[in-house]
Amino acid sequence: MQDISLITDDAAAGGTRTAAPPPPAETVPPSDSVRGLRRSAKRLEVRNLNLYYGAFHAVADVNLAVSPRSVTALIGPSGCGKSTVLRALNRMHETIPGARVTGSVLLDDDDIYARQIGAVGVRRVVGMVFQRPNPFPAMSIRGNVVAGLKLEGIRDKKRLDELAEWSLRGVNLWDEVKDRLDRPGGSLSGGQQQRLCIARAIAMSPNVLLMDEPCSALDPISTLAIEELIAELKHDYTIVMVTHNMQQAARVSDQTAFFNLEAAGKPGRLIEINDTEKIFSTPEQKATEDYISGRFG
Amino acid sequence: MSLAPLDRQLKEPLSGVTGRFPGSRRRHVTDVVVHGVLLLVMIATIGLLVWVLAYVAGQGLKYLGPQFLTQTPPGNPSHAGGGFLNGIIGSVIVTGIATLLSVPFGIAAAIYLVEYGGRLARVTRFLTDILVGVPTIVTGALVYAAWVVFFGFSGIAGGIALGLVMLPLVIRSAEEMLRLVSGDLREASLALGVTKARTIMSVVLPTASSGIITGVMLAVARAMGETAPLLLTALGNDLFVEFNPTKRMSTLSLQIFGNAITGFKAAQARAWAGALTLVVMVLLFTVAARLIARRSGVSRGR
Repeated sequence: MQDISLITDDAAAGGTRTAAPPPPAETVPPSDSVRGLRRSAKRLEVRNLNLYYGAFHAVADVNLAVSPRSVTALIGPSGCGKSTVLRALNRMHETIPGARVTGSVLLDDDDIYARQIGAVGVRRVVGMVFQRPNPFPAMSIRGNVVAGLKLEGIRDKKRLDELAEWSLRGVNLWDEVKDRLDRPGGSLSGGQQQRLCIARAIAMSPNVLLMDEPCSALDPISTLAIEELIAELKHDYTIVMVTHNMQQAARVSDQTAFFNLEAAGKPGRLIEINDTEKIFSTPEQKATEDYISGRFG
Repeated sequence: MSLAPLDRQLKEPLSGVTGRFPGSRRRHVTDVVVHGVLLLVMIATIGLLVWVLAYVAGQGLKYLGPQFLTQTPPGNPSHAGGGFLNGIIGSVIVTGIATLLSVPFGIAAAIYLVEYGGRLARVTRFLTDILVGVPTIVTGALVYAAWVVFFGFSGIAGGIALGLVMLPLVIRSAEEMLRLVSGDLREASLALGVTKARTIMSVVLPTASSGIITGVMLAVARAMGETAPLLLTALGNDLFVEFNPTKRMSTLSLQIFGNAITGFKAAQARAWAGALTLVVMVLLFTVAARLIARRSGVSRGR
């Protein structure tokens, strides 16, 4: 996986992006620099986030910070609000009528909930990968990878092809699909489809990459492939992932946040957030320790 | 251990075994009887359909030939010979106009119903369901009063009337197909920072497209066979081929009607051939629609 030397923020750059020259077939030299401009991985900070579905208070008082180029895992029992919080990080909760948020989410120093910023703009710089792989069936594999770019208006075919190859190499899928880029997106296995969805997300060069239980729908071998991929991706992206699998959080993440519900009908809360090693060996809160040792959840 | 007791059990008649499982015999008999009744009903239904097709084919093939498809009817309906060329061309033109009018509006309405919803959508859906049941002669009368009175009989008026017949069918099937598109795809597109409108046009519609095409073709097949709405709008033209839709035009259905109600054997022979042609055209459209649906993997009405 190339090491993207972080150059400038896209706001200053004016939005043009060119891809890395394709690396030699077998090895990917880690210190290749990218010619051109790409969006940089940013620091994510959540301040006093509360989320409501209509009158129902779903999540209360979340404060957390994610360093650039690291992986943060959100863990907790079902229904504790971790997926809800994840969706609030790229304003995807707004697709549900009646959902609203108070508080702020900062990318470096920009609040994504500022009045003059629309949800569409936020989602172009904060990407998301979902639990069930969802490639677009009406598009080819190549079309899927560059879908976000095309729909944003980038038309130059050569550049799109370069970016497609770069993204597919980035998710370790290039060798498997390079001969069938024009086949429909649905013709791959589950694990390959999920990697395709990740390629689609990183083709947009996101400041932050969100992953909502990316491995739950996959078999163990594909899960391992994705976990290895995340370990590579974290050198270039800020990643926040929700997982219900504690061992996965322990394997993959640098920082872990534990969410919990006091009782049904009460809002979910962030109980504890710390380095992964500390959370899994010496957690500070009793609820965290109970959850990790399997006493509930 | 001897196998003899087991052996005896296996040779026992049905009643002996079922005695140990209460009610089995009665249920088994009911099962067989109901199976038989349903089979008979199905055979009767298929038989009826086959009989209708065979009868039309039998009567139609007596006269159907190349001259039927390439000539217009004779000036005097009692004369033999001629064909329904003007009707075939008229059907294509009028149905084409109807499709051009109803499909864009129908798909747009379906998009609104599925993607936006709300009270207006509920009212629209209700009205669409009512529109499906409006008798087509009433549709024809409406277009007569609203259009023909001002602009005269024409192929366009016929197209408007057929378009009104097709519209609720297109809306319904397009809505169904759009709903079948998984919410996951919309979410994936929105998460890439694509606007809702772009998502609908570039992701949802293409995914639903083959299903929508199927629905449209079935609506066209239905419209091709309509006669009542055309009686008061296109009016018919039994004499020569007319390509200009601003003039009155004939369609296959109108010509069948016109020729069948005369008492002349020659005219009725032409009408039968016309009926067979119409049935074949509708059948071809329907089969093509289903093949498209199957090839794309989307099953209509699942």
